[in-house]
Amino acid sequence: MGEQTPILEIRNLEVNRGGAILLQVPSLSIQEGEIFSLIGPNGAGKTTLLQTLSHLLRPFQGELFFRGNRVETNHSVLGYRRKLAMVFQEPLLFDTTVLNNVASGLKIRGMKRDEIHDRAMEQLERFGIGHLNGRSAKTLSGGEAQRTSLARAFALRPEILLLDEPFSSLDPPTRDSLMEDLEHILQQTRTTTIFATHDRLEALRLSDRIAVMNNGTILQIGSPEEVTNHPVNELVASFMGVEAILTGKVIKRNGGTFIASVEGQEIEAVGDVPLGETVVLCIRPENVTLSIRSTREGTSARNVFPGKILKVISLGLYQKVQLDCGFPLVAYVTNHSLEELSLVEGKDVRASFKATAVMVMRKGE
Amino acid sequence: MDLILEGIKKAFWLLITFDPEVMGITLLSLEVSGIATLISLLIGISAGVAVALSRFIGKRMVVSFINTGMGLPPVVVGLFVTLFLWRNGPLGFLGILYTPAAMVIAQTIIATPIVMGITLAAIQQLPQKLRLQILALGATRLQMVWILIKEAKLPLLAAVMAGFGGVISEVGASIMVGGNIKGYSRVLTTATVLETSRGNFDVAIALGIILLLLAYFVNLFLTQIQQRERPR
Repeated sequence: MGEQTPILEIRNLEVNRGGAILLQVPSLSIQEGEIFSLIGPNGAGKTTLLQTLSHLLRPFQGELFFRGNRVETNHSVLGYRRKLAMVFQEPLLFDTTVLNNVASGLKIRGMKRDEIHDRAMEQLERFGIGHLNGRSAKTLSGGEAQRTSLARAFALRPEILLLDEPFSSLDPPTRDSLMEDLEHILQQTRTTTIFATHDRLEALRLSDRIAVMNNGTILQIGSPEEVTNHPVNELVASFMGVEAILTGKVIKRNGGTFIASVEGQEIEAVGDVPLGETVVLCIRPENVTLSIRSTREGTSARNVFPGKILKVISLGLYQKVQLDCGFPLVAYVTNHSLEELSLVEGKDVRASFKATAVMVMRKGE
Repeated sequence: MDLILEGIKKAFWLLITFDPEVMGITLLSLEVSGIATLISLLIGISAGVAVALSRFIGKRMVVSFINTGMGLPPVVVGLFVTLFLWRNGPLGFLGILYTPAAMVIAQTIIATPIVMGITLAAIQQLPQKLRLQILALGATRLQMVWILIKEAKLPLLAAVMAGFGGVISEVGASIMVGGNIKGYSRVLTTATVLETSRGNFDVAIALGIILLLLAYFVNLFLTQIQQRERPR
């Protein structure tokens, strides 16, 4: 990948309101054509960042660069905004027909009437709602309304698309259907997209890169694989769905691996950590295997621990099993395995996971 | 009972034959209240939108003030306009006391807070993020305001009805600043007061019927538009 000017760049961004710092981002670059997600819990600053990026939330400190050019206040703000399109959690449609809604952004920009009609219909067809063009926006279902809102944004052929939790208020089947369509359209158009969500699975599915946010700052930016498997700290780990976060002290070292003592148990992990150092170990539930054998046989995993099942929680398509192995551990098992192994609360099991599956963080990161 | 029946009979006669005096009074009413309503719409809608969309210290007080203004007693308005336009008053040099112009001023002052208050409420009840969405579509601030006004067109039509209704039927301010001069500043309401006090019930009833019909038809027209625009 050569040196390419990022399509959007932020430097020293800060948003203060009433003495409180809502957002603080020293630097951020978005590459053209990428789908970049902002994830984090409610109140993390995702919406604040999106609205600042689209110059809707002012004032703010810091600089915004679009294709290398600084976006100044007053003059080129309108020009910059007209290169973007934003979709919110609520459809925010106008009291008119679906077609007129999709055309509204084009009308605002003074496009010619027949061109507007063609472009709007093109987007309606693309989102599968061409048949609704004459309907009043007030009569649409949630999914149809959000499709209309997306069609309205795409009709503008934006250089950057900003999505602020666009699927949050939809029911699961509608959300899945719309996400699939959007994914397909984004792949077709290669539109640079900045997408805020509190649902990590949405982010993992759609993104090229993810920024994990909390309390107005960005904790980590990386590919889905990086933030999931190499979280920089406990906050990121826990937000990315790591259920077991353990603190231990390194007691043995052997080449590229080490053993840490965690609550009296010894866990082997991969890493170059000095003896005596305190580490935070994260083990993803998908990487924990359960069996009912009492011995080590039948597993190549280094970490094998007897434990007792504390709780079994159904997650629909699979089960979450909470264990006590001397330290707390969580495993995901399929419904089939649950039945096969007769996993119930109080049962003794053997939990195992590979040393390579243990994510290591130095304490204090 | 004869009094009333005679009165009604003669009233219909005046109406059917388009009695010139009655027609003149009617046209003046429409002119004065029409102009006052139009001016109040211009000022009221722009001010209402401006207050609704701005953030400033004391906004709550201003909103209370506007809401209070909606219930302004017309005679109090009449008093203040008279004071200002009085020969030795601050605007006495204009010499417009006891003219239709003064009535337009008074009625505008009565109608404007009504229009402003309803506009303010109408804009404020639009979804908060709608403003942001409109700006995100690339609208200038002016385009945004225009689109918001269009989105609030139903309650704004109610503002027009309320504004016009408020002034076509008011009498206090109109008598005080207009003087109720025959053929000049006599409108439906002020004429009705006069004719009733004189015992000319036929004329009074005729004027009353016209006033009722006027109020009814204007509101019918506006209601039709409002109901037609209503979400299906």
